[in-house]
Amino acid sequence: MLDSNKDNLKLEAMKRIIGMVAKGREASDLFPAVVKNVVSKNIEVKKLVYVYLVRYAEEQQDLALLSISTFQRALKDPNQLIRASALRVLSSIRVTMIVPIVMLAIKDAAADMSPYVRKTAAHAIPKLYSLDQDQKEELIQVLEKLLYDKTTLVVGSAVMAFEEVCPERIDLIHKNFRKLCSLLVDVDEWGQVVIINMLTRYARSQFTDPNLQDVDEDEESKRPFYEDENEVDEEQQEKRAPTLDPDHRLLLRSAKPLLQSRNAAVVLSVAQLYHHTAPRSEVHQVAKAMIRLLRSHREVQDIVLTSIAATATRRKVMFEPFLKSFFVRSSDATHIKLLKLEILTSLATESSVGIILRELQTYVAAHDPPFVAAAIQAIGRCASNIKEVTDTCLNGLVSLLSNKDQAVVAESVVVIKKLLQTQPSAHREIIIQMAKLVDSVTVPQARASILWLLGEYSERVPKIAPDVLRKMAKTFTSEEDIVKLQVMTLAVKLCLTNPKQTKLLCQYVLQLAKYDQNYDLRDRARFLRHIIFPADAESGGPTRLSKQAKKIFLAPKPAPVPESHFKDREQFQLGSLSHYINTKANGYQELPPFPLEAPDPKARDVETEPQVMEQAPLFTAKKVSSKKDSKFYSDTESPEDESEEDENSSDEDDDDDEEEEDSSSDKDEEEDDNEDEESSGLEEKLPKKVVKSNAKPKSDEEEEEDESDEDDSSSESVSDSDSEDESSEPSSVPKKQTRNAKPAKESTPVVKPKSNLDLLLDLDDGVFCQLISKVLSVIFCFQFLQHLLQS
Amino acid sequence: MIHSLFIINPSGDVFMEKHWKSVISRSVCDYFFDHQRKASSPEDIPPVIATPHHYLISVYRSSMFFVAVCTTEVAPLFVVEFLHRVVDTFEDYFSECTESIIKEHYVVVYELLDEMLDNGFPLATESNILKELIKPPNILRTIANTVTGKSNVSSTLPSGQLSNIPWRRTGVKYTNNEAYFDMIEEVDAIIDKSGSTVCAEIQGYIDCCIKLSGMPDLSLSFVNPRLFDDVSFHPCVRFKRWESERVLSFIPPDGNFRLMSYHIGSQSIVAIPVYVRHSLCLRESGSGGRLDITLGPKQTLGRTIENVVLEIPMPKSVLNCGLVTNQGKYTFDPVSKLLVWEVGRIDVTKLPNIRGTVTNCHFSALYF
Repeated sequence: MLDSNKDNLKLEAMKRIIGMVAKGREASDLFPAVVKNVVSKNIEVKKLVYVYLVRYAEEQQDLALLSISTFQRALKDPNQLIRASALRVLSSIRVTMIVPIVMLAIKDAAADMSPYVRKTAAHAIPKLYSLDQDQKEELIQVLEKLLYDKTTLVVGSAVMAFEEVCPERIDLIHKNFRKLCSLLVDVDEWGQVVIINMLTRYARSQFTDPNLQDVDEDEESKRPFYEDENEVDEEQQEKRAPTLDPDHRLLLRSAKPLLQSRNAAVVLSVAQLYHHTAPRSEVHQVAKAMIRLLRSHREVQDIVLTSIAATATRRKVMFEPFLKSFFVRSSDATHIKLLKLEILTSLATESSVGIILRELQTYVAAHDPPFVAAAIQAIGRCASNIKEVTDTCLNGLVSLLSNKDQAVVAESVVVIKKLLQTQPSAHREIIIQMAKLVDSVTVPQARASILWLLGEYSERVPKIAPDVLRKMAKTFTSEEDIVKLQVMTLAVKLCLTNPKQTKLLCQYVLQLAKYDQNYDLRDRARFLRHIIFPADAESGGPTRLSKQAKKIFLAPKPAPVPESHFKDREQFQLGSLSHYINTKANGYQELPPFPLEAPDPKARDVETEPQVMEQAPLFTAKKVSSKKDSKFYSDTESPEDESEEDENSSDEDDDDDEEEEDSSSDKDEEEDDNEDEESSGLEEKLPKKVVKSNAKPKSDEEEEEDESDEDDSSSESVSDSDSEDESSEPSSVPKKQTRNAKPAKESTPVVKPKSNLDLLLDLDDGVFCQLISKVLSVIFCFQFLQHLLQS
Repeated sequence: MIHSLFIINPSGDVFMEKHWKSVISRSVCDYFFDHQRKASSPEDIPPVIATPHHYLISVYRSSMFFVAVCTTEVAPLFVVEFLHRVVDTFEDYFSECTESIIKEHYVVVYELLDEMLDNGFPLATESNILKELIKPPNILRTIANTVTGKSNVSSTLPSGQLSNIPWRRTGVKYTNNEAYFDMIEEVDAIIDKSGSTVCAEIQGYIDCCIKLSGMPDLSLSFVNPRLFDDVSFHPCVRFKRWESERVLSFIPPDGNFRLMSYHIGSQSIVAIPVYVRHSLCLRESGSGGRLDITLGPKQTLGRTIENVVLEIPMPKSVLNCGLVTNQGKYTFDPVSKLLVWEVGRIDVTKLPNIRGTVTNCHFSALYF
């Protein structure tokens, strides 16, 4: 059907092929038949062929080359959508052979009139970069130009490309910083996310830490973090306000309205910006917006809660007013419940712990075993963090010991064990009660905990402990490994404190362990035996080690400090993938620490100053760029040659060829001049007079340029078709108008070409190309009119 | 950025895949299936799964998984949000988003995905623009297309894409100019055993259906805008105007969209319109129990309450319910253990009540 003449049949065939691709079936044998249809006039067939090409071109590189000339032609199409989609496909094809062609296409497109095409060019940059890393320098050149773009459509994509290609070239951002800030609100939401993330990094490297004094004072006074925070902040805000860099302030201010975005990703990225760069007194502003996100989809909740959990370990005050928003609902998914518990426990303070504990009590009765376990642990954490409630918590947990559910009992045992460790004061009854549980509890973790407790505090329950050991010795063989280890520990400890009753039992247990299947157990048994019962035959008396046995085994142990496992995530940028999975993801850009001294803020000043002034102070920067220019030209020679060859092969667009040749010859000439000037520039700075004389007419020229640009864009917005078909449409009326408008401009280049070339030197490449094309189009108009007159 | 997308149905088949960069074998989904097996319900699958070489970020919507594969660092929320946007767009195009519908319209789906992402970075996600690029399918157009041979793919760039208001398409014309606004408010509350409110929050939305010709510039003012302390807007709303005057001023997109959503947090007092009085009599033996629930209105300011539905998740041990209602009807799903009582309108003079026995249960807690 693909060979048929009718579009309908072709379309049907393509649809089926796409169906196969979509289902993941192999459709590569149809490649030759499909590629032919790339020239199809039917836009839908064309689109589907594009989709197919992008999918399979990598596998069939040679055949894919057949389609390239079509794309090249489409790149010059008057319709911007077609230009853009041709560039998209061309750059997505991933055939290394066409890298130079794509490079050229990107360069052209980056200077295109249509912002949509420029956006596509920005997208194409990372594609080409992933295909051929050697093109980096050249791509950065193009990218620099795109970053200067003032259209909101382009900026987001340009920054995205920047992040993928050269995130380390932070110097490219300086001059665009203020523009990015002011455009931020109008950029599309996806661009906003990328820009804000990038600017966070930028801010970390360019501005000083706004909390620096703050931290110092905190350390001096040793004030607890959450106490009197507000007062401190208010005082310090006054002190600190003037120290904040105005650009830093601008960034924060322009990002703030985005907290109201409907896109959760944007909100979170603003939140992380504030978290990482804002003065402490302002960070809390983002809390409300983050809480709002909790009403969104489950996945969003999960990621936002992770971020909140990480933030809450450091900034309790920020989320304290929203405590109740973290109360668990029975309809939440388990992992969301767990995250909420985590946050609740981190937020607990003396004042709020009452409410939290009441909630936690309810959770213990829930039906979700992992959740219940986490709730009990949360109670334990609250108890150990806040001394006032430890006793109540302990009592509550003890009452849970009589719960029907095995899992609940086991979990509480483990938590109680940890709690008792922090408070070695008399809790005899609890230990006794737990000792009784040994008969009923079956969960190994809990049994092990009980045994450890008995061993550690055996002096408090001198009668019970040996009895328990007796029972355990009886069932030793049927226990789990973890329990066996604790039985041994218990036996040894008892043997040291109460050798009369338990020495034999201990020997028995160690004997059993010696022949256990698990090598870990056997090792431990051997190790213990040699300390407690040193081989009498050899030394005849207790060895030095066994004398110290009591000190070794009954040394006071530090109590475990239950901590949030979100504490160690500080190193990663909030809301990033690395932060979520807590390991460094591929391509993660480290967030630099604040510099001690801010780099020169003047780097960002450039934008606001007038053009003529800019040239003198910035001469050094200019030099660098001109150096790159030379590289850029020498590199492009080969692709140009190739493109010329290509054009020879396709002799359809004669006019276009002429244009190309003209421009290339122009370029050559210009190149020579350029080198001349460059060398002089390298030797020493040009005398100021020359700069001025060059600069003045140039600025005129540019103004004209700008005007015409504006005209074009405005006409575009009014009626698209007119401006698009400007060059091809044979209607004479608008032509004449343009002709009338342009002679003034034309006269300068035509009358004194020498000086004009000089002027062009300073123009950057994109403007130059535009100018050339415009001049040519005017010449073209002339020719056309002449034709008309002749006819 | 986003490398590939797999759409997986509940039975674990990958029925659609799309790659924006080089092809990633679908075997990468095996890691996802591992997690799926471990999770007790589809909701419990973690949204981000790290595998040795890739990161799988998934969303679960309308009983399908949309799994995006990434290879490098990317904000996870960015991907999640985008996937939801994809599903929203499908719903917008096909009025619902199910496996069979996606399979039926795979070409449109593919074209859409192609337009929405370029090299893994979102290109055009506004439904107004997409609808101009790719016309949504409907029967009338299919017939017209077969007769006239036109395609439903546009050949020109939608002008909205270039303008400052990318969300609105140009050249809109209606004979009847209409604008509808829906106010939707949801109250989330946790109420403890004794009936006192533990916490309550309001989440509200304003959904619009705007059918106005040309480029209308609307403004919407509220009687008491101070109530909205935490709002989020559609991009069309002018932030500055809201900040200064508390007036919503906007050029709306064409068709249905959500203008704003607001959140009234747990700090402020929220009136709950309904109370539930329950009495549960349980036998410890576990052979059965009695249930008696009465609903009543509370602080309604004289308005009637309609469309009341009560959902009670029962413990796993409940086998069946034999209940009698004086109003509405109830259903009990023995698989999900969900008791749903559709009450309808609450009449103040005769309060709705449900009572009866529950077989084989031992309650430990009940949540509403």
